[in-house]
Amino acid sequence: MITEIFQQIINGIALGSIYALIALGYTMVYGILRLINFAHGDIYMVGAYAGYFAITSFKWGIFPSFIFAMLICAILGMSIERFAYRPLRIRNAPRIAALTTAIGVSFLLENLGIIFWTPTPRAFPQVIPLKIYQGIYERFGIIVNNRQLVIISVAIALMLLLQFIVNKTKIGMAMRAVSFDRETAWMMGVNIDYVISFTFAIGSMLAAAGGVLVGIYFNRIDPLMGVMPGVKAFVAAVLGGIGIIPGAMVGGFILGIAEILVSAFIASSYRDAIAFAILIVILLVRPSGIFGVATREKV
Amino acid sequence: MENLERFRYIFFIFGLVIIYLVNIILPYINPYYFQIIIFAGINIVLAVSLNVINGLCGQFSLGHAGFMAVGAYFSSFLTFYYKVPFPLALIAGGVLAGLIGLGVGVPTLRLRGDYLAIATLGMGEIIRVILFNLDIVGGARGFPGIPKYTSFFWVYLVVMFVLVSSYSLLKSPQGRAILSIREDEIASEAMGVNTTRFKIFAFIFGAFWAGVAGGLWAHYLQFLHPSSFTFMKSVEVLVMIVLGGLGSISGVAISAVFLTILPELLRYAKVLFNTTVDPRMVIYSLLLILTMLLRPQGLLGGYRRKVKEQ
Repeated sequence: MITEIFQQIINGIALGSIYALIALGYTMVYGILRLINFAHGDIYMVGAYAGYFAITSFKWGIFPSFIFAMLICAILGMSIERFAYRPLRIRNAPRIAALTTAIGVSFLLENLGIIFWTPTPRAFPQVIPLKIYQGIYERFGIIVNNRQLVIISVAIALMLLLQFIVNKTKIGMAMRAVSFDRETAWMMGVNIDYVISFTFAIGSMLAAAGGVLVGIYFNRIDPLMGVMPGVKAFVAAVLGGIGIIPGAMVGGFILGIAEILVSAFIASSYRDAIAFAILIVILLVRPSGIFGVATREKV
Repeated sequence: MENLERFRYIFFIFGLVIIYLVNIILPYINPYYFQIIIFAGINIVLAVSLNVINGLCGQFSLGHAGFMAVGAYFSSFLTFYYKVPFPLALIAGGVLAGLIGLGVGVPTLRLRGDYLAIATLGMGEIIRVILFNLDIVGGARGFPGIPKYTSFFWVYLVVMFVLVSSYSLLKSPQGRAILSIREDEIASEAMGVNTTRFKIFAFIFGAFWAGVAGGLWAHYLQFLHPSSFTFMKSVEVLVMIVLGGLGSISGVAISAVFLTILPELLRYAKVLFNTTVDPRMVIYSLLLILTMLLRPQGLLGGYRRKVKEQ
């Protein structure tokens, strides 16, 4: 029993690291623009396809394909911001209009995916040969494979890199300033458009990384693969406290583990509900999330 | 109030004429067009009811598909197993949806803005997953064999009821209180409006009519499946009210009809572009984005922008 729980927790961490990567993009964009970027889950889908085509059509190795997918998505994320969100931001449109535009962009990406890549799921090439660590299995009775380790370590490396960028670099400082108070940051000479563009690029790169990792892990990609993980990653971001980067990571891991535990020990048909059940409980008990600081509304 | 009286007469006379004409035309009409008319009516009910929550009260709900599912399943359950008369089953479905709206509203309406959106979204998904696992209504196999009771008459009646009740609500003191919550919740509370009570009231109102719309839908299609009530369904309704202009009842109703017909018209696009793939949804989403960029207040929007962003 104990070994089985540990086994499922390992699986959950692998899934959770993907949620965490997507959630980071959500949380950064929300932190800066106060916008739920619904298209984010679909950027992750595009990332998976970019990786797929880099491997199958260009015959590239896994590392260049990974970089390629991240670059494609960075460009995609920046253009979405430039052409769909910025015009609304400049005109100071109601927030619901921005949200609807985000939903529209999400629809557009999904349906373009269906048209260009057909709705049939594709098998992601097995670039990393599956290897199960026999030693761990014999000693602890837990099956760990190299793909899980790759996913977890790549995710954690990217998160550390992001932490470094946000906390130690100049552009990171600008991002924090814009997120704290956009107008004041602007008055202090921060180029807001540039910072927002940069945020979208970074968030989309992380989502693309998540997409390629999911392809490696589950071997299956399709144009609608981003819908559910997108919403769940948003839940993960809220769970950790939206706008807070370590919160999104922790939220992603908690969500991944909870989901796997529920489908292993209760029923796999309830796995989609658990994310939202956790969300509602968290919102009722601590609406600002695990790491969030409660803010009082100013009159 | 005079305005309202005038509306009542217009609706009444207009209704009699329409029903009379349709009853004559009905046997000759193309069943495809007839289905579009029925769906347009159901979409009006969904959009106008969501408009009360999102447009008038300003509470951002994304769980409308969940309420619709509750009404659809419960009313079908009653007519299928207990042979309950159709109008009673519709009302029962609406009441159960309203009760669930109350149960969900009391804890979640404390949340603001985006948090409420995501909580209601979660609630809708939970309802769907529960239905998926509920064997008595078919679970994952779906719920077939629902009697076909929905006719133009019932749809029309419900559409009239929802329009008249929304207009009456809008002009009533309660409606003014609900509007004041949208404009400024803190100010409205300071003026003595019990904001929580009115938010929950708007929520139940919307949930009830969504449930009734679900009942109409179920008894037209005669088959239900939980996958019809995903988050996408809520988004569809949301798009209707945003395009119609949040808060404008007539605008929302017109845009519900327009957005029911538009995807059907776009079927011709496939012929026009001479492609094998269906570009319908791409055009639909492009139109959505362009409308938002060119007219963020909606096509027929009378929604006044807030003077200052909070």
